Amino acid sequence: MRSHVPSYELVVARDLPHALSMLTEGFRPIAGGTDVMVLFEAGKLAHKKWMSIRGLPELRTIDVTPDHITFGALTTYTDVRRSAIIAAEFPLMIEAAALTGGIATQNRGTIGGNIVNASPAADTPPALLVYDAEVELTSPRGSRWVPYTQFHKGYKVMDLASDELLTRIRLPRKFASWTHFYRKVGTRRAQAISKVCFAGVRRGDQMRVALGSVGPAPIFLENSDISAISPIDDVRSTARYRMQVAKNLMEEFLHASA
Amino acid sequence: MPRKEGARKVTGQAQYVDDLKFPGMIYGATVRNPARRGNIRGIAFLPGVPWDEFTIVTAKDIPGKNYVALILNDQPFLAGEITAHGEEAIVLIAHPDRYLVEEARRRVRIDVEALPCVDSLEDSLAGSLNGTEIIWGDNNIFKSYFMNKGDVDRGFAEADLIIEGDYETGAQEQLYIESNGMIAVANPHDGVTVWGSMQCPYYVHKALIPLFGLTPEKIRVIQMETGGGFGGKEEYPSMIAGHAALLAWKSGRPVKLIYDRAEDMTATTKRHPSRTKHRTGVTRDGKLVAMEIDFDIDGGAYATLSAVVLSRGTIHAAGPYSCPNVRIRSRALATTYPPHGAFRGFGAPQSIFALERQMNKVAAALGLPPEEFRRRNFLHGGDTTATGQVIREKVDLDDLLFRALELSHYHHHRDTFDRANPASRLKRGIGFATFMHGAGFTGSGEVALSSVVTVEATREGKVRILAASTEIGQGTNTIFSQIAADALGVDYSLIELAQPDTSTVPNSGPTVASRTVMVVGKLVEAACVGLKHKLIFSGLLEPGYSSVEFAHAAAAYIDRIGPLRASGEYKPPPNVSWNDETYQGDAYGAYAWAVYVAIVTVDPVTYEVRVDDFVAMQEVGKVIHPVLAMGQIEGGVAQAIGFALYERVAWNNGRMANGQMTNYIMPTSADLPPIRVFFAENPYAYGPSGAKGIGELPMDGVAPAILNAIEHATGVAFNHIPLVPELVMESLLAR
Repeated sequence: MRSHVPSYELVVARDLPHALSMLTEGFRPIAGGTDVMVLFEAGKLAHKKWMSIRGLPELRTIDVTPDHITFGALTTYTDVRRSAIIAAEFPLMIEAAALTGGIATQNRGTIGGNIVNASPAADTPPALLVYDAEVELTSPRGSRWVPYTQFHKGYKVMDLASDELLTRIRLPRKFASWTHFYRKVGTRRAQAISKVCFAGVRRGDQMRVALGSVGPAPIFLENSDISAISPIDDVRSTARYRMQVAKNLMEEFLHASA
Repeated sequence: MPRKEGARKVTGQAQYVDDLKFPGMIYGATVRNPARRGNIRGIAFLPGVPWDEFTIVTAKDIPGKNYVALILNDQPFLAGEITAHGEEAIVLIAHPDRYLVEEARRRVRIDVEALPCVDSLEDSLAGSLNGTEIIWGDNNIFKSYFMNKGDVDRGFAEADLIIEGDYETGAQEQLYIESNGMIAVANPHDGVTVWGSMQCPYYVHKALIPLFGLTPEKIRVIQMETGGGFGGKEEYPSMIAGHAALLAWKSGRPVKLIYDRAEDMTATTKRHPSRTKHRTGVTRDGKLVAMEIDFDIDGGAYATLSAVVLSRGTIHAAGPYSCPNVRIRSRALATTYPPHGAFRGFGAPQSIFALERQMNKVAAALGLPPEEFRRRNFLHGGDTTATGQVIREKVDLDDLLFRALELSHYHHHRDTFDRANPASRLKRGIGFATFMHGAGFTGSGEVALSSVVTVEATREGKVRILAASTEIGQGTNTIFSQIAADALGVDYSLIELAQPDTSTVPNSGPTVASRTVMVVGKLVEAACVGLKHKLIFSGLLEPGYSSVEFAHAAAAYIDRIGPLRASGEYKPPPNVSWNDETYQGDAYGAYAWAVYVAIVTVDPVTYEVRVDDFVAMQEVGKVIHPVLAMGQIEGGVAQAIGFALYERVAWNNGRMANGQMTNYIMPTSADLPPIRVFFAENPYAYGPSGAKGIGELPMDGVAPAILNAIEHATGVAFNHIPLVPELVMESLLAR
């Protein structure tokens, strides 16, 4: 443990209003902690004031209406993997959840956390992007729904004010009859961080494609144009590899969904 | 036989060093060079922590000699004026609040004036040849060997075909489960005592004597339960023990110094990267007539064990083949990376990788199937190895090869893949490697060690084994107990093991070099035979006794005569000779022989290679404990698959940039094939019950078997490992 533990503050949110009021006092939310705790262990967690929202049951629901599936931000990967309706209509969410970390991470990690941690290498965002997700952002000022394709603005830059909490995610129930394609490339088959993550859905001429790990944030390809990605060299892989594999996966997707 | 310490481990009773707590104990941390090679200009302690509460140690505080005693004594415990690499320890700090120690570690500023660095074998060699950049000694060379058999130039003159090849291997991290750690109590009155995770208690003991300028009796080293080593706890624990002891000496309090995973991965030793050049002469009918091999390894900034790693790599470089003319030149070179060190296989996986790729290349040039080319050149009884060692044991590589190819359905798969690959998106291939591994210390090494094991009977009728050989997960306790129970003719449950503690156990040598069963196990056997004879000659025990009768007799002996003990001391097998000057003679008492076969699938979309099936066929003398032996082979194959395809150390400015298990890609069980292990037995006269060493063997032949299979699948000759997907892509695109 490289952090100086006594210099951190941790409060537990009693309910959503309490959580929202603590946000305005400079506390940041921690849910499953599967990213935050890694930084904490390494002595690299700069922010010192944290608020656990893990115990808020109102944020861990899966609601089904005729038009949408809406899940709370605290829905875990394991919750996703166990949902029959998600499996039936949004199978890429199941694949992404099953390929994120190991069982322990899947039990603690949340979909909302995966979104707002805003890692370019996160595995559920490409699936959420192709499924045309919307995210609900809540603050003491009220709530607003934002199309997920408009949410990520740059490396760890989001359409998220400091007093806003990501509370819900909803997916329109219009993809059940589409062809679904997901591929995570992480060199090893489990416990891997993506080098390239590809999600695609297609029905006839309609096609939606999104990728992870090929730019500063998860990217939705307008017009399915693969040349829009901007991969880099880093400790995990090379820009050339990511570019080439992304193109290969695009080709494979087109072939598989034809 | 259940593992001796198995129940203690699974119930959590086993005590690892981090489980220990002493009254008044404080926590230590190591502050390392923030830059690279350079002159240390100053050390500043920035405000923000109560520095007056800290114990601070620098090179100036060392009571004795500032070197880690090993082979060349060139590496300091703490850099003083010059620092040689980016992970070198410069300042030690300790405080009762372990969290504050970390806060303080970030507030030490070390000012380093940069000196030129040497980042590659090429640069190190260029420095050596042109005198441009000398970073170590007179010429950047820690050690070099020249081995010659026959007349290589004449061999090449007689050759119909000469084939050349270049091969490279990368660094690899050992990744034992338990990271390194030590606790020390040290003061001028009582001397120095350390408890910790280690393979070699007497190496630590040897290193602490000059550091404190104390007599050997004043130094005591105790091995705690140890969660894996793989060579990574051969030499570096001496460094950590010294650091903990220096802090304890200055503070007057017990000091705990535990590395977290990140520090353990980035700062401690890794496998030596290597480069091998082969030039091979063959006749048109496929007989080897000349082998010229240049083998260089990257030792990093200090000598550590590079000379011996190089020695093993050199001796194994020509493999299990009979060739009349062999010339091998090898060098361990200095660079400005953190020192590389011991890792399972110890130089042999590097040189065997090169050789077994080269053998396939030569076979292809001759138009011979790789198995046929090898058959025409295998060593047989009476033949001589590259060191001129006459093979006296019965060795049947043809049989091992035949069985391995049968068990893997080699010919069937080869044909099937050849037919299917052109039309298939996924490309499949099958390949193999044939190799050997010498067990025990090289040449005269075991004679120099002259190991001792003692056994003693207790009044309760148990027999306790006293040895410095450590249980590090590989099964030492269990195997020694089996050997002792067999030799004494008593029940396994009557055997106990003394905790390795240099104040009570004799020096049975380091737990390395696949020597524990074959060499030290033989001493356990000899000591037990001695003990049994003492009891029988005393008249207290009749031959044909039961375990109960043995126990009664032992108790009676202790009551009437006194302590009942016996020792076994190493004696070399007869007719063994070794010349350290010419590097000719009997390099090892015995070799284990093996043929490994891999089936792979190469995915041209992601450039990932998956190993689908693996057959490991080996002759290891006699298998003592089938489950543990199988575990050794399976684990070694898994570790070697990592070496071949996954585990890439990303170097950035002389440091490991991916010192996390998330970014250093060790394969998981989901990535591994079924590993099918088969043993052939051929008892070795000088091993206990005929056993030979096996611990390192499985590390040697896996990578070339896999790359040979990849060449079959893709038609591309890859000669550089780790062969990560990025490298596969570059070659396939360039095709």
